[in-house]
This record gives sequence, C-alpha cells and structure tokens, in this order.
Amino acid sequence: MQKIKEAVIEKGLMASALITIAVTAGIILVLAIESISFFSEVSIIDFFTDTQWTPLYADKHFGILPLLSGTLLTSFIAIAFAVPVGLSISIYISEYAPKGFRKTIKPALELLAAVPTVVYGFFALTVVTPFLQSFIPGLSGFNSLSAGLVMGVMIIPFISSLSEDALHAVPNSLREAAYGMGSTKLQNAFRVLIPAASSGIIVSIILGISRAIGETMIVAIAAGQQPRLTMDPTVPVETITAYIVQVSLGDVAHGSLEYKTIFAAGITLFVFTFLLNTISYRIRKKFREKYE
Amino acid sequence: MNNITKNRVKDNLFRFWGIACTLLGLVLLSIFIGSILIDGLQRIDWSFITSLPSRKAERAGIFTALMGSVWILVLTTIIALPVGIAAAIYLEEYAKKGRLSNLLEINISNLAGVPSIIYGLLGLEVFVRIMQMGASVLAGSFTLALLILPIVIVSTREAIKAVPKSLRDASFALGASKWQTISMQLLPASFGGILTGVILALSRAVGETAPLIVIGALAYVPFAPSSPMDEFSVMPIQIFNWISRPQQGFEVNAAAAIIILLLITFVMNGIAVYYRNRWQKKFK
Repeated sequence: MQKIKEAVIEKGLMASALITIAVTAGIILVLAIESISFFSEVSIIDFFTDTQWTPLYADKHFGILPLLSGTLLTSFIAIAFAVPVGLSISIYISEYAPKGFRKTIKPALELLAAVPTVVYGFFALTVVTPFLQSFIPGLSGFNSLSAGLVMGVMIIPFISSLSEDALHAVPNSLREAAYGMGSTKLQNAFRVLIPAASSGIIVSIILGISRAIGETMIVAIAAGQQPRLTMDPTVPVETITAYIVQVSLGDVAHGSLEYKTIFAAGITLFVFTFLLNTISYRIRKKFREKYE
Repeated sequence: MNNITKNRVKDNLFRFWGIACTLLGLVLLSIFIGSILIDGLQRIDWSFITSLPSRKAERAGIFTALMGSVWILVLTTIIALPVGIAAAIYLEEYAKKGRLSNLLEINISNLAGVPSIIYGLLGLEVFVRIMQMGASVLAGSFTLALLILPIVIVSTREAIKAVPKSLRDASFALGASKWQTISMQLLPASFGGILTGVILALSRAVGETAPLIVIGALAYVPFAPSSPMDEFSVMPIQIFNWISRPQQGFEVNAAAAIIILLLITFVMNGIAVYYRNRWQKKFK
C-alpha cells in the first residue's frame, strides 16, 4: 500500500514538472499558429523588407523593421548606460567596499529591481524627459533616449548583481598573485579579475539585453507609439512590445489581420529573447564546470 | 609623477567612480520617490482608496483596481504555489540525471527569460479564447501563475537544497519513506526559504501590467470583482490609464496610486528579506 502511494505521489510531482514543458510548447504553438495564418495573408518578404508598419491605418504596410529598430534603439541606449555603471558597481562592491557595506547595499540595489515597470515609465515621462529637455532642445515629449536611460536604471541591478557573483567566485589565489606582483586594485580588477570572470559577466550582459528587448511598460509610456525607422534618439518611436500593448488596448476583433499582427510581432520578439537566453544558458553551464 | 603614484591616483579615482555609480541608482530612486510623494501624498485619503473609478479626476478612486489586485494575488498564489513546489520537489529529490532532467532544467531557465508580454499572448489565446474564460480574474490569474512559476520553482529548489543532509539521513534511519521524509522533514525545514521565494514572486506579479493588458483586462471597471469570472482591473493598469490621460488631475492620481503600489511591493520585499535572514540564521 505504502509503495503504491509513493509511486502515485512521484507521478503527480513529475506531472507538475512537465507542466513547465507544456507552457513552452504552448507558447511556441500559439505564436506559430497565429503567425502562419498571418503570413498566409502577408508576404514574409514584405514583413522583413518593407520600411513601414501601418496595420491600423487604411493604407496597410506590414514591415517589422520600424518596430525592430525602435526595440533595438531603446535597448542599445539602456545597455550602453547600464553596462559601464553596473560593472563599476560590481567591481567596487566586490573589490573595494568594506565587507559590511556589501551586505547593506545589495538588498538596497535589489529594491531597484522590485519597482514595477509601470512606475519606471511614469518616472521617465514626468521626471527624466523634462530634465533632458532642459538641455537638449528639440527633444520630443516621447523619445527613446529617456525611455532607454530609465530602462538602463532598471537593468543595472541585474548586471551588477550577476557580475559581482562572478567576480566573487574568482579564486583568491589569482588576486594574491596579482597583488604580489605589486598591482593596484584597479589593475588587478581590469587585467586579472574581469578576464577570469568574463563568462559570468558576459552572461549578465546578455540577460540584460534580453530584459531590455522584452521590456514593455517603460517604452509604451515614455517612448511613444509611432513606428519609425530611425536611429535618432530624440523622436518618438515604437517598440515591438509597445505595439502589442497598443493593439491590446484597442478594440480588435479576434481573427482579424490586426489581431494576428500582435502574434507575428510576438514571435519575432520571442525568437530574439530565446536565442539570447539559450546562449547565456550555454555559457553559464560551461562556466560552472570551469570552477567546480 | 612616476608610474607608481600615477597608478595610485587612478586607483583612487576609480574608488570614487565606483561609489558614485553604486549610489546613482539609489539617489535616482530617492529623487523619484520624493517627487511622487510631493505630487501624490496630498491626494491620498480614505475616499481615494474606497471610491469607484470616475471620469472626474477629483472623484476617482482606486477601489476596483485594488480589489482586482487582491483577487489576482490570491488566485495566482492558489494556482502557482502547489504546481511550483511540486515541480521543485520532483527536480530536486526524484529526477534522475539524464535527458529529461536536462530538458526540464534548460526549459525552466528559458521560461524565466521569456518576456512577460509573451505570457500575455499565451493567456489570451489559451485561457481567454480556447477555454472561454473571457478577460476574467481567473484568466488573469492563470496567466500570471505561469509567469511566476519558474521563479517559484527555482527558489523552492534552492531552499530544499539548503536543508542539511543529516536531517534526511536521520529520517530515513527511523524508517520513514521518501515522501514521509519530504513532507514531514524537508518541507517544514525549508519553509522559510520557500516562503521568501514565493513572496518575491508575488511581489513581481502584483506589479505586472503588460500581460494583463494583452489578455484584455480593462482600465475602467465599474465594480470590484465578486467572483473569479468577473472582469477586472489591477493597480498597475489603473496607473497606466491615468498616466496616459492628458488632464493634470489624473497625473496626481497616478502619483498617489503609485505610492500605494510601491508601498505594497516594498512591504512584500521587506517581509521576504526578513524571513530570508531569519531562515538563513537557522542553518548556521
């Protein structure tokens, strides 16, 4: 009797674990089915080469490039801001800061990651944009610069925390050898520790990029809703995620072409983040083997 | 200036740069919290919390959104908790190293990185359309439950992993079966760690906006939900709606609602950190 009970419980637990696989399968199926039906009406060549995205207007164009450029532009600004700052924080905390400081500052930085993104969006729109406008004339009320910078602030804790773990994991013998050669902390950090922890740092940056690409509310609120193929950070743009929100807010009938566009946009987003996550997983696996 | 002093100067410069960077985020956060407190604090009173939504900014309140968030939190917990903990127990205690456990591992790490809006698309198609739940509290809770599932699994696994092996051995030595050991020893011992992870996951769920917008949660709902099949709004959606309106009065409302939302998330995080510290001491 006991044996049967144990076996049933094991099967039940296993079923729970398998749900996670069903979720992934569900995501892929849903995106694929709706996208296939989308591409039966819109040519895939137009999708990747047309430079206009106007599915909600009378003159319809279905080129993903403007949404893609909006996504990449805001993500690039976020990463360009978050990587130097996040890395500096991780080096400072792991090599310079007194031990007690590390214990208090880490939870404080985690608090930054706990702030809901809709709140960050409000911050970008009502504080950062007016501030930037005071010295960048011609900056539009909605722009990718402000949205990107605030997204950077949101990503900083991810990058600093993961990089700090990687730096922390470097064996002390490497540090001692460098100090023995008379190097300063700075030389030690940049010539010994960062190269030694490079895989962990790269993982943190890739995960940061993946976050930025998938981030929705900050860009939907502060970057505007005008799909535009541009690299100019001062004008309104629209990201893939912001477009999905825009359509969802409106009244779009199920089964219409407009409805299917959000799945075509979604699968583009999914492919990007899936690749980034898979690469980072591979690197992390390798890295773990190196030190164990 | 010789090389040694030059390097010392650089070293010290970087020290200051490091401090500046570390404080940057926190300073920005304080500036922001200060500015919304100035904007929104005067707006918060009892009637703001208990009023229904309105077209007039002065009369609008957050009652329906707040109740929607409470409903979502409760249902999401009920759905995600058992599945997440069961999956974690399986992976940590039962799964043999091999193809399946490898696949599960990669899959969970990947799910944790899927953008939240994609979960919204999944929920829209599966729960809202195919299962015909409509844009109900239940559909929203299922969607968010799937979203936080990877976080619950990962943190539960870590909590179980941290239980000393001696506890397990002692239980087996007394003749307990595997499940008895898990349910009577491992789970109670790792309770604090599991709780921490679950609260952190829920604090994420309470701030989520995008997936709920995608499944069709409304910004304007006349009444608070009274059953899982009712339509609903949540705090972040109410805030988003107020932000996107041009009138000045709504910006003040948004600031006031943000104060309450931040209060909820920070309190949840505070509780989680408190439990983590208490629990970590137990095993030292």
